[in-house]
Amino acid sequence: MVERLQASWKLLVVLVPYIWLLIFFLAPFFMVLKISLAELRIASPPFTPMFGTDEAGATIIRLLFDNFRYLWEDSLYLNTYLNSLKISTSSTILCLLIGYPIAYAIVRSTPTVRNILLLLIILPFWTSFLLRVYAWMGLLADQGTINDLLIWLGIVDSPVRMLYTEFAVYVGIVYTYLPFMILPLYANMEKLDISLLEAASDLGARPVTTFLTVVLPLTVPGIVAGSLLVFIPATGEYVIPDLLGGGNVLMIGRVLYNEFNANTDWPVASAVAIVLLLLLVLPMMLYQHFQSKAAG
Amino acid sequence: MSPKRSRFLFSSLCFGLAFLYIPMVLLIFYSFNHSRIVPIWGGFSLRWYKVLFQSEDVWAATALSFKIAFVNASFAMALGTLAGLALVRFGRFRGRTLFTGMITAPLVMPEVITGLSLLLLFIGLQGLIGWPAERGFTTITIAHITFSMAYVAVIVQSRLTGMSEDLEEAASDLGARPFRVLLDITLPRLAPGMLAGWLLAFTLSLDDLVIASFTTGPGSNTLPILIYSRIRLGLRPDINALATIIILAITTGVIIFGWIMLRQQRQREREMQQAALS
Repeated sequence: MVERLQASWKLLVVLVPYIWLLIFFLAPFFMVLKISLAELRIASPPFTPMFGTDEAGATIIRLLFDNFRYLWEDSLYLNTYLNSLKISTSSTILCLLIGYPIAYAIVRSTPTVRNILLLLIILPFWTSFLLRVYAWMGLLADQGTINDLLIWLGIVDSPVRMLYTEFAVYVGIVYTYLPFMILPLYANMEKLDISLLEAASDLGARPVTTFLTVVLPLTVPGIVAGSLLVFIPATGEYVIPDLLGGGNVLMIGRVLYNEFNANTDWPVASAVAIVLLLLLVLPMMLYQHFQSKAAG
Repeated sequence: MSPKRSRFLFSSLCFGLAFLYIPMVLLIFYSFNHSRIVPIWGGFSLRWYKVLFQSEDVWAATALSFKIAFVNASFAMALGTLAGLALVRFGRFRGRTLFTGMITAPLVMPEVITGLSLLLLFIGLQGLIGWPAERGFTTITIAHITFSMAYVAVIVQSRLTGMSEDLEEAASDLGARPFRVLLDITLPRLAPGMLAGWLLAFTLSLDDLVIASFTTGPGSNTLPILIYSRIRLGLRPDINALATIIILAITTGVIIFGWIMLRQQRQREREMQQAALS
């Protein structure tokens, strides 16, 4: 009896979140997949149904791969995917180069200082993402703070165009995603055994050698987790290219958003989403693999 | 550590913190600018705060955002805690791989995909069963719960992994029913993690623009949607004032929470030292 009660109680604990996720996380993807295989029509809803009837009255299934062919043939989409990948890859590397020494510096400081520094890194993470991007609009504008400073210092005569360029998008991505790089790196480095470093230097290794042969290999899990946490969302980023890149920077998240909201072409927007998902499914599985290894 | 390397680490730390904080400091600074054009200084003034407080749509959007954030955080905390418990304490069960996948995926899923797919689901359901009749508070909240519960689950999961099961086992050895053990032992010990999860879910919801703009309907503007529609066209001094209020409120909250955590940690360390001495 108790066994049975316990089993049903456990079932409830699993089932409630499970059913929620099945309905509101998994099912929506099948909707996207379904609509990506439909055809645009001027009606409500603006796509053709998957199940129709032919002249004889038999049920037919209509699957159209035209949207995907369209994405492949129109060079705009191909270029946008490639450009998104280029921007997210470079931003991830920049975040790693800036974030790694910061995480290392935090780990090597005294416990009290360490807690304060961690708080300082986490704080922007809690602060509004949108407002932090907005802050850069004020810095990078033609009459913005940076241009004012450059002109006042006499480095340039007329404002340098920075806002609405690819440069601004890089700055925005690195700025907003830096804490996502630093925190997993810190979590990984915190577990590092300092005695290993001391052993290496006692045995006569130079600091650079110690770093390359001891520290770097041991922090690979942190590097991978941090890089994926930056790379995956940055590839589909919408707000940053829209606000800081304007119409000049092609990124796929922005194309998807416009295809859906401005052009109301749901089938193409869904196809864009499916291809983006296919591009990111491997990095996502990798992230999950590392995540479950870290948890277990 | 060699002095040269520690100098390198110190300067990269300073650079990183300056990079993270200077934009926000300037944002706050210009909110006190009298001039209509943000980067041109026209003297100190609280003019834009007055404009902000008189704006009714800002109040309406703030109220809606807080309502969504509150309901979202409470549901996400409940669902996320259940999910975390299931993942850590139940060992293997049928469909576990899919479950783990659905818990981790929202953490990294690009927002445009989550937003688009949920909107298409809501529209499909509306055609099929007539619900949701209109989009707004309910649909945004459901969308937020779906990704927030993943964050709560991860926090609860990491706390549970660090907790030994001794107390639970002792309680059930003494005859406590599993449900009592959960209520009297596990949940109280989980409380700090659940609170952290609630706060994170609350902030994530207040902050979200993309998913909310996909799942909202006409007339339901959350605060980020309102801010976004204004700053798309350029800098606005009243938005600087709004940003200042939001940043200061969040900063105060995080510092208080961090201070409480720090004090608890210090107390634990002291207790451990005393235990070691005696």
